[in-house]
Amino acid sequence: MIEAVGLTKRYGDKTAVYNLSFQVRPGAVTGFLGPNGSGKSTTMRMILGLDNPTAGHVTICGHPYDKLPNAPRQVGALLDAKAVHGGRSARNHLLSLAQLSGIPARRVDEVLGVVGLHEVAGRRSKGFSLGMGQRLGIAAALLGDPQVLLFDEPVNGLDPEGILWVRNLMKSLAAEGRTVFVSSHLMSEMALTADHLIVIGRGQLMADMSVKDFISHNSADFARVRTPDSEPQQREKLSAAITEAGGHVLPEQDGALRVTGLPLPRISDLAHDQDVRLWELSPHQASLEEAYMRMTQGAVDYRSTVDQKEGLQQQLPPGAQPPMPVPGQGQPGWYAPPPPQQGGQPFAPPQAAPAGPYGAPPAPAAAPAAAPAANPYAQPPQAPQSAPHVPSAEPTKSEDAR
Amino acid sequence: MATGQVVRSEWTKIRSVASTVWTLSTAVVTTIALGMLISALSKNEFGNLSEREKLSFDPTFISFAGTSLGQLAMIVFGVLVVSNEYSTGMIRASLAAVPKRGVFLFSKLAVATALALVVGMVTSFATFFLGQLMLGDLRASIGDDGVLRAVFGGGLYMTLIALFSMGVAAMLRSPMLSLGILMPFFFLISNILGNVSATEKVGRFLPDQAGSRIMQVVTPVDDDTPYGPWGGLGIMALWVIAAVAGGYVLLRRRDAQ
Repeated sequence: MIEAVGLTKRYGDKTAVYNLSFQVRPGAVTGFLGPNGSGKSTTMRMILGLDNPTAGHVTICGHPYDKLPNAPRQVGALLDAKAVHGGRSARNHLLSLAQLSGIPARRVDEVLGVVGLHEVAGRRSKGFSLGMGQRLGIAAALLGDPQVLLFDEPVNGLDPEGILWVRNLMKSLAAEGRTVFVSSHLMSEMALTADHLIVIGRGQLMADMSVKDFISHNSADFARVRTPDSEPQQREKLSAAITEAGGHVLPEQDGALRVTGLPLPRISDLAHDQDVRLWELSPHQASLEEAYMRMTQGAVDYRSTVDQKEGLQQQLPPGAQPPMPVPGQGQPGWYAPPPPQQGGQPFAPPQAAPAGPYGAPPAPAAAPAAAPAANPYAQPPQAPQSAPHVPSAEPTKSEDAR
Repeated sequence: MATGQVVRSEWTKIRSVASTVWTLSTAVVTTIALGMLISALSKNEFGNLSEREKLSFDPTFISFAGTSLGQLAMIVFGVLVVSNEYSTGMIRASLAAVPKRGVFLFSKLAVATALALVVGMVTSFATFFLGQLMLGDLRASIGDDGVLRAVFGGGLYMTLIALFSMGVAAMLRSPMLSLGILMPFFFLISNILGNVSATEKVGRFLPDQAGSRIMQVVTPVDDDTPYGPWGGLGIMALWVIAAVAGGYVLLRRRDAQ
């Protein structure tokens, strides 16, 4: 059980963590989510007594870390996979940590086996890949067979097999009744691993709920409706009818409609009544990634800008197709790309052929001769953020679906 | 948290990195080799010395001439032992395992200092005997007055230099910064301050200037140093205590980065 109360940490005039209160309960994997620089690692270091909080306190099983009897046998942590002397072998690294806590040396070989590093145990860790480093860090966390485990970004640099292994490891540790606290910036990973989520942005708590609640709060089912692209008036007619029937219509970037609040059969009936043909009527669920990104959007510290390339890039020969841009990535209102099997346009109409795999609007060079030198990374045309219900033929930046 | 556990762990750490062997063996080899070389040269030059210089001739101190270079390797050893924790990030794992930071630091310093003491003593005795071998009939005997104290003191001097570096590294954390300050200081600045007449009076209170007094057996003719051999070593010890205390206070107060 980890309990933080009013945890605050300032470095000079920068506030890394502000008034953070949460509990991490035993018997469950608690995911700790936030964008880069949101204060996850700082919080973890404060839990371990490495950084002193400016205000507030954090306890493990009721004790501050440095008052905890036999702390290394109760708490295991992976903070930084590369925090190993490169000239020291994996076994010696673990042995020195084991001796600190009075753990017998044979336990070192046990955990080396658990993380699959027994064959390279005698090698200097300098030559380890990031994934091997993560395994070594996890081995260090497991050494004392502790009841409370902290992992800071444990899947970084792991291969898919390794990620699956970490996921199962976390779950099994929690199933044994331990407290497992895992930080990540990957919502998708946490959705699969964690039972409970604590989301922070800019050092402040944004959500503290079970994954199940997080999903039901943050992702609504919706239907994607596509009318013939050649007849925009049909789409407007259908939009109006759906709105009238109590549905919620949101134009998508590729010209489809995102409808919430009405079941699929009802939408079909409405279309039939309005004499509107449908090219697509499909059920979808907004991804957790999307909900997470929307939640933390305002709290992202490091945002990329569009690379203008200063005209250094060679011009494409006339008539060549520039690569498809991913529209608006990292911009406010951006929807995470849906998985390819949904987002692709299996029934894409012929004239929309250049539309990208991410449902991007046709690039300016859809008429290739018109703009042969278009900057392939330029942003797509942006409509104003307002008026989400006005059906528009233009691709719009998406709005909140609810 | 048993201190014994931490000491064992620090021993594992120190023996499992190559830098320990390299720095310490460099210290041994440089001190002995340079001491032998200077001793041999001094023997050849003895005939050309003035009467006054012959009176001040100190065969014991000459055989320790290599210490000026060998101590640099000891400094590197001391700095690396402490700052490796910071440069690798291992400090976070170490302090998470030993929340009592004083126990951690002093165990680490105790292990490294004990090792430095053993190596320093071996070096000191070896450099004395091999140096005297080179000096031929000018040699001093270990049984002579003050010689055993000088040789024993030479080992202590090496140890204290290493411990001083550990304290400085604990304060500065970065190996580059610590070495960048300590190496030129002990190789150049201290020597300059101690030999220029204007700064001599201050310079001789610097740790290495004061501490190296212990290795002198014959006091130079016009010597006006206000402290004796043990007094000098005491001044050096005060410097060491200050550095280690500074390192401890900062480790206690700072976040473990």
